[in-house]
Amino acid sequence: MHRKTIHEIRDLLRKKEVTAVEVTENSLKRINEIDDKLGAFVSIEADKALEAAREVDKKLQAGETLPDLAGIPMALKDNMCMKGTISTCSSRMMEGFLSPYDATVVERLKANGAVIVGKANMDEFAMGSSTETSAFKLTKNPYDLERVPGGSSGGSAASVAAGEVYYSLGSDTGGSIRQPASLCGLVGFKPTYGRVSRYGLVAFASSLDQIGPFTKDVEDCAIVMNTLAGHDPMDSTSAKVEVPDYTKFLTKDIRGMRIGMPKEYFGEGVPEDMRKCMMEAIDVLKSLGAEIKEISLPLSEYALAVYYILASSEASSNLARFDGIRYGYRAKEFTDAIDIYVKSRTEGFGDEVKRRIMLGTYALSAGYYDAYYKKALRVRTRIINEYKEAFKEVDVIVSPTSPSVAFKFGEKTANPLEMYLSDIYTVPVNIAGVPGVSVPAGFIKGLPAGLQFIGNYFEEGTLLKVAHAFEQATDHHKVRPTI
Amino acid sequence: MAVTIKDVEYVAKLARLEFNEQQMQKFTQDLNGILGYVEKLSEVDTEGVEISIHPFPMFNALREDIVRPSLDREEALLNAPEKEDNLFKVPKVIE
Repeated sequence: MHRKTIHEIRDLLRKKEVTAVEVTENSLKRINEIDDKLGAFVSIEADKALEAAREVDKKLQAGETLPDLAGIPMALKDNMCMKGTISTCSSRMMEGFLSPYDATVVERLKANGAVIVGKANMDEFAMGSSTETSAFKLTKNPYDLERVPGGSSGGSAASVAAGEVYYSLGSDTGGSIRQPASLCGLVGFKPTYGRVSRYGLVAFASSLDQIGPFTKDVEDCAIVMNTLAGHDPMDSTSAKVEVPDYTKFLTKDIRGMRIGMPKEYFGEGVPEDMRKCMMEAIDVLKSLGAEIKEISLPLSEYALAVYYILASSEASSNLARFDGIRYGYRAKEFTDAIDIYVKSRTEGFGDEVKRRIMLGTYALSAGYYDAYYKKALRVRTRIINEYKEAFKEVDVIVSPTSPSVAFKFGEKTANPLEMYLSDIYTVPVNIAGVPGVSVPAGFIKGLPAGLQFIGNYFEEGTLLKVAHAFEQATDHHKVRPTI
Repeated sequence: MAVTIKDVEYVAKLARLEFNEQQMQKFTQDLNGILGYVEKLSEVDTEGVEISIHPFPMFNALREDIVRPSLDREEALLNAPEKEDNLFKVPKVIE
């Protein structure tokens, strides 16, 4: 049962072949059996999950027609607030933090009968690309336990790939949904900036962060997006743009669709085996009648540099709230108020978080603000314009999701820059704020590789359409790891 | 613009963080590595280009000024490391 998709479980529930309690118990059992070696979860909410499942069963028994997600177990990345449960951001700083309210996405999930079974491990405060910066544990890749699941939403990805839950939510600031989806053989979706409310998501970089789903296939992704998307008065950056029914886009017909292949994304940085995998995927798109056009996005090369200035600057400001006074970790020994801040922050944050706070504080400090922060904001404008121009020529853009498949633990931890480079194809998407999706595109030496589609602002439907057509013409999404 | 240990000391103070000598050196090295990479932004011509704080233009999101439920005291103090009489407790800050 754990290998099934959301739509398959939904159909079984509707046909009364299983109950929500059975599905939930099965999920909890699976977690119990494998999570010691997988490490996807930082906390489990078994009682709350079973209570939600019983509610769903009661309604099903009464003959009610329920939403698609009703009764189906899922996981939240541990940076999303769920009232009465612990949210840690996998940081000592937030260890034991009890959420006083529900994030808007959690509220929406609950209203749809979702069964939230627990909180997934992540890089500390979502800063990382391998989930190795978590203060609590390592999460393993279900395809090879000696390798990373990607990050920062590594626990969310591993939990779905290994069949502990049927879908999960992650957050994506520079690739934190798409890269782990690629490394774990899943569909990972980053919506347009503003499409999904960030209320109740612990902020990393407020102008880049978006919440999105991990699922086993594109139909599941469309189902979850139907629940997540929409305006929220509690998030002032949330967009007032109408939300279509995303499942209506899954027609498999992409004849005549113009797909741009940026030559910069298939250049020398792409290893030969990855390029081969991607070119095979592009042949599939051609065979479906899409028109492949070579395009150029020369400024993409600068997106990672822009990202590290902007993301770190925004993080240094957002994380200033952790002062050991109102919530979060407080040092045991201190001399005065200032010393509470310094000692609590020094003891509570891990190295990668401190590195980003330092970089951001430096970039925002007097004398460097113009040279770094403002310069990055100007280059951002040019990157945005470059995407806008490209979308006059093509409907979607295609690229690898990440330059590599899952790497080994410790392989990239010594040099921060090398770790940062695993986000080279995903970061420009956040800088511009457009939507992106990673879909399984094949295997390299037994490890999954993802193909990324990038769409125009609020064109999530078009992205899901092309991703679905590609997926249905291949079998990669049907493969499950043997854990 | 090479970052020196003195710069790192200064930035640490601004960020309310403390490092020992060895960490200070490591951070100096890391920051120089990252800023060296970021230096490539100088190749991009941004003469007369406006800044983009958000991915697309956003305007003030205003709402009617009506009273709505918000966190009550107990909830707001739920995670306080130290509290007294329904207030956050901090060391004396005024001499």
